[in-house]
Amino acid sequence: MSIYDKIFPPKKYTLDNGKTVEQKRSRAPIYVILVLLMSYVSIRVTGFDPATLAKRGNQFFVILSRMFPPEYGYFSNIVNPILDTVKMSLLGSALGSIICLPFAMLASTNICKNRIVVAAMRLIFSIVRTLPTLVSALIATFIFGLGTIAGTTAIAIFSFSYIGKIMYEEIETVDMGAFEAMEAMGFNRTEAFIHAIVPQVMPAFLSNSLYNFEGNVRYAAVLGYVGAGGIGLILNEQLGWREYPNVGMILLVLFVTVFIIESVSRYARKKLV
Amino acid sequence: MDERIVKAYESRPKDWIWQLAIAVIVIGLLIWSLGAMETSGASANGGKMAINILNGIVHPDQELLFNLTKEGVPYLLVETICIAFMGTVVGAIFSIPLAFLSASNLTPKPVAFIGRILIMIIRTVPAFVYGLMFIRVTGPGPFAGLMTMSVTSIGMVSKMYIEAIEDLDTKILESLDAMGCSTWQKILHGILPQLMPNFASTAIYRFDINLRDATVLGLVGAGGIGAPLIFAMNAYRWNEAGSILIGLVVLVLIVEWISTKIRVKLTRG
Repeated sequence: MSIYDKIFPPKKYTLDNGKTVEQKRSRAPIYVILVLLMSYVSIRVTGFDPATLAKRGNQFFVILSRMFPPEYGYFSNIVNPILDTVKMSLLGSALGSIICLPFAMLASTNICKNRIVVAAMRLIFSIVRTLPTLVSALIATFIFGLGTIAGTTAIAIFSFSYIGKIMYEEIETVDMGAFEAMEAMGFNRTEAFIHAIVPQVMPAFLSNSLYNFEGNVRYAAVLGYVGAGGIGLILNEQLGWREYPNVGMILLVLFVTVFIIESVSRYARKKLV
Repeated sequence: MDERIVKAYESRPKDWIWQLAIAVIVIGLLIWSLGAMETSGASANGGKMAINILNGIVHPDQELLFNLTKEGVPYLLVETICIAFMGTVVGAIFSIPLAFLSASNLTPKPVAFIGRILIMIIRTVPAFVYGLMFIRVTGPGPFAGLMTMSVTSIGMVSKMYIEAIEDLDTKILESLDAMGCSTWQKILHGILPQLMPNFASTAIYRFDINLRDATVLGLVGAGGIGAPLIFAMNAYRWNEAGSILIGLVVLVLIVEWISTKIRVKLTRG
């Protein structure tokens, strides 16, 4: 019996046969109060003001309305950057998802018996995952110079941590029978892993990698802002020059591209599972 | 015995042509994308730069890290949490009507389809574009960041909400109908208990992501920890960047740990 139940005693019902059953009081009030309290603090700190929103909300649509109609003639300038963005995401996602595999193997408790290695690997995955992609992209531009390589690196780093985490969780839930049998037959751990574990986790790996790629295409659009190549570069430029019809065209192309890639990848993922 | 095994082995599904085709396509795509790899060539002293960065991150600016004024890391982190929290709340509120409109089991097909396209469009526009739009409304500062967070949250949150709504167990509603409940009672006892844990779990998950993505807002001057971080990095003040990064990573790890706990509790009831 927790403190909460002592303060707000459970409701008692007496049944027809004389037995009493207790219904614990709902915990909802605590959560509501907690959320309200946090909202209050947040509103104070951020200066959130619905009145401003209502009064000046139409300003939001000023830029939006200038994007219509999009400048279709600008399309020829978009083709290359958008292809760059797709290429960056494709290569980055592929690199990240492949590189993460050995690390994921070492991070799963059923394959790697050394607890320190497991903990270290998981710590690496966690820390890399918390690193904002934008920051890794910015660091990459300092190291590799401005351009698509920096963006690819940032995407690869993100994919590494994202797929890595999913994969070690996936590897931990596989059926270990085949692995043990192969070890008993004299294969070493890596061989046993390749022949017994890989086929089991393959569909999940491919499906998650595709999903990751989908998301990265959308995310890569932001990376151009720090000079890491792709569509973000011209988007930022056109926004700076206030060429809103061009911005509208860029967003339209981005939307169509993301739509096509998502449709293809969703179809492929359905086939896989 | 052996013959039967051999026979079974011979008649295994042979889809190697299909697999080969996919492999060729994938490798072809990867080679195609190698063509786009370019850099401005400023990488001559890249190695030295990398060492400088690492050095700065390992030796963070302690004064900034434990400075309790408005410029210090702790206050910036609190501001970032507030932006992410309120942004998630506002985004989750926006998502509810959108999700109910786009759930194919509640609304007619065309309406649901339009709703989904709308959600996709909202998702595709990069965050800094929204940031610029909201700065017109609210002026630069955390308020603009909050609104940007809320709009960028809509995409994922409403998508998950739609799934929750489409998974609603309608048998419960039928039995409540049979018991003679009013519409209000049906919503209160039949729909809300099914949706609430899912909605709350999604919102908490999104809060995690928003906290991590809050750096993007710094680009357009929309408050939070992003702007000082990017300024410090662009000015090569790696000690400062290091202390901000460490603060951010620790915060995100803590929040992630707590939110995972809460979400496990929510899904297990």
